[in-house]
Amino acid sequence: MNTKVISLVSIGAHPGSGRTRRAEQDARAVELGLQLAGQHLQVVHAGDPREEALRAYLGMGLDHLDVLEQPAGADVLGVLGDYLRDAGAQLVLTGSQAETGEGSGMLPFLLAERLGWPLIVGLAEVESIENGTAQVLQALPRGQRRRLKVRLPLLATVDNAAPKPRQSAFGPARRGVLAARNVMVTQDELLTGAELQPARPRPKRLKVIKAKSGADRMKAATAKASGGGGKVLKEVSPQEGAEAILKLLVEEGVIR
Amino acid sequence: MLNTLLPVLLFTALGLAVLGALRRVRLWRQGRPSKVDLIGGLLAMPRRYLVDLHHVVGRDKYMSNTHVATAGGFVLSALLAILVHGFGLHNQILGYALLVATVLMFGGALFVYKRRLNPPARLSKGPWMRLPKSLLVFAATFFIATLPVAGILPEGTGGWILVALLGLGVVWGVSEMFLGMTWGGPMKHAFAGALHLAWHRRAERFGGGRSTGLKPLDLEDRSAPLGVEKPKDFTWNQLLGFDACVQCGKCEAMCPAFAAGQPLNPKKLIQDMVIGLAGGTDARFAGSSYPGKPIGEHGGNPHQPIVNGLVDAETLWSCTTCRACVEECPMMIEHVDAIVDMRRHLTLEKGATPNKGAEVLDNLIATDNPGGFAPGGRMNWAADLNLTLLSEAKATDVLFWVGDGAFDMRNQRTLRAFVKVLKASGVDFAVLGLEERDSGDVARRLGDEATFQQLALRNIQTLGNYAFKRIVTCDPHSFHVLKNEYGALGGMYQVQHHSTYIAELIAASKLNLGQHKGGSVTYHDPCYLGRYNGEYEAPREVLRALGIKVREMQRSGFRSRCCGGGGGAPITDIPGKQRIPDMRMEDIRETEAELVAVGCPQCTAMLEGVVEPRPLIKDLAELVADALLEEEAGSPAVKVQPARRKPAEVH
Repeated sequence: MNTKVISLVSIGAHPGSGRTRRAEQDARAVELGLQLAGQHLQVVHAGDPREEALRAYLGMGLDHLDVLEQPAGADVLGVLGDYLRDAGAQLVLTGSQAETGEGSGMLPFLLAERLGWPLIVGLAEVESIENGTAQVLQALPRGQRRRLKVRLPLLATVDNAAPKPRQSAFGPARRGVLAARNVMVTQDELLTGAELQPARPRPKRLKVIKAKSGADRMKAATAKASGGGGKVLKEVSPQEGAEAILKLLVEEGVIR
Repeated sequence: MLNTLLPVLLFTALGLAVLGALRRVRLWRQGRPSKVDLIGGLLAMPRRYLVDLHHVVGRDKYMSNTHVATAGGFVLSALLAILVHGFGLHNQILGYALLVATVLMFGGALFVYKRRLNPPARLSKGPWMRLPKSLLVFAATFFIATLPVAGILPEGTGGWILVALLGLGVVWGVSEMFLGMTWGGPMKHAFAGALHLAWHRRAERFGGGRSTGLKPLDLEDRSAPLGVEKPKDFTWNQLLGFDACVQCGKCEAMCPAFAAGQPLNPKKLIQDMVIGLAGGTDARFAGSSYPGKPIGEHGGNPHQPIVNGLVDAETLWSCTTCRACVEECPMMIEHVDAIVDMRRHLTLEKGATPNKGAEVLDNLIATDNPGGFAPGGRMNWAADLNLTLLSEAKATDVLFWVGDGAFDMRNQRTLRAFVKVLKASGVDFAVLGLEERDSGDVARRLGDEATFQQLALRNIQTLGNYAFKRIVTCDPHSFHVLKNEYGALGGMYQVQHHSTYIAELIAASKLNLGQHKGGSVTYHDPCYLGRYNGEYEAPREVLRALGIKVREMQRSGFRSRCCGGGGGAPITDIPGKQRIPDMRMEDIRETEAELVAVGCPQCTAMLEGVVEPRPLIKDLAELVADALLEEEAGSPAVKVQPARRKPAEVH
């Protein structure tokens, strides 16, 4: 396959010990990239080239890993966008959300917006790439898959539905090169200007179970989370549609 | 006529044998260099052969006597034949001596022949079936040819027919015995075996010593290969060691993985390494194959990767590193070293540790324990025990090395029992607490030398901060690694298994023990305590002190069968026909004991994994803790009656 595939990786952190490691989802992005492009896969990180945890990606069998040198707290959006465009990337893979830093999961969206590319969330498998169009499977909840045809270049995030990453081996990890690249540094205005506060847990939808028997409880426990209510609006004006949505959000207490 | 024929035949054979020897030496020298005392080894060889090796062979009296007669007779016959028939020293005394030697050899060979009439499955057939006949022919021919020299028969008896017959006999005999020795026949074991003993990679094993720790990889040396990919990546004396194999199959008979139908046979593995060093396929191998793998489909040469050419990866991952093969091997070949060397390549270079291997290694790197538990929970099992932490005390007599069993609820019972024993004995002890890390045992057996060394070096650094007289642990794997493998990385400690330590406490009358109540008991020797460290007695002493008469299993002591839990085998989990712990439980059931005493968290886990009904499994520490007699404190203790509660209703 001649498609230029690039995987974006970040520094991960083990949930138990907090020790740095390869990020679980980013490793899956590398795995998918290796399966698609083999040795031609290009892997990029924006951050500190001396970070040893990056070697865990090299251990998956990469010769080198490009590191766009950035200090902590820099806005990497611009340099990543420039890098991807200059490299002529056709398919860009990345994890859904970083394990360290802001971890907002916004990067793929902002990057796709900036590049003007389509974004696929939860890529599970690339079935074929022909004539500048990729046929892919997107992961939906409960093991469902949706087949999509998307024109290249495209950006895709992977989550746990993507193939499990291969083992990182010590030999290639030690031999591989962390190729630092000097690039422009942009201060992250939002991060420096804004105030950070701990996230509040999202309110849970209350489930009233009226079941009498065990079988009913089982059914209720395994049933789809979506409520039975809801309305299908057809052929309404954008104005009416937006009002209906706003009404629902107020009813549900999402907007007060 | 015979007087001209014999010297020609003898010296031609010897000359060709020397050529073969040179060729063989060149094959071995394809391996990597190894630090060996060449001259000292050669000088020590006769003693190693006659004492150390004989000690192993002597476990089987039939075979050792047979071998003494045959081999002794042959060596004498060969030397005397060269003098008498080669150099023509027709001295009557030498003639008689040669006659005696050939008779001795013939007698031995008859027993070899007898054993080959109905050989057990473990023995290789093929050329080995020919050997007793060759031995008999060699001995008989030289006996008859020497009769005239001794003056028993007149010269020229039998005429040219006898000369022709003797000539044929000599050709057959010396071809097998001299040429075969260096050109790859069954007698190769004598030549390669002698040199293997001289240049053994674990010279410490001779003279009653023990050497079981794996040799470290030099990770600083970037040019050294990370483990063994091709046969030439072995050190030259390892290759020589493979060549010494006599294919007696004692390893095969003891191997738990082979018995369980997993695709491993230590004998075949060593023979495959011989194929690797000489080039070829395994089509001519005449012994049992790896279970489930037909013979004749694998081959290789010194420069070709071993895995998926010569040997399949599952074969290497089936090994539990129990060392039963090494213990049995009459040639003192190091199977486990070779297997771990090849695993190192698979893990460190290929990232191909099967099944849960990769996950366990990642966990060890990220959390210092194989389960991936948050490191902060390492001391949860002792939350109510008020243990002294070394980070506070700085110095102690006994450092209690807890091990990763701290995260396992079953093993926590053992740990708590041992703490109870320690407290009852009144000794000064402390733990490392959260500073302790996995000892690195599993990582190392899975071939991840880098993670092992990282864990070991950090542990050594931690231990260096404190003063203690000895380390005591309930885990034979940690025990082995701390005692035998940290030394090469700079950590020298006095380490004891808890059974040894409890035996000492009992001997010093520091424990007030009652008797064991609860039926008959057998004891399962953990591999890493027994074969790896030679501790068979202390656990039995402890059991005796509890008034227990151990019902020994058929396979106990140095022949104990592995529980299947070593070497990362439960993690790599190679399928077989049956499970190793089930086989061990059968051994246990045969004793009709109601309880099996163990001394290892792995053994406990593996044996408790066998479906009930089965004997109970208890750690030595638990048995001792149960038998402790509580000293009545000054005031009569008021027994708190537990509140009576109605049993929960179940509908």
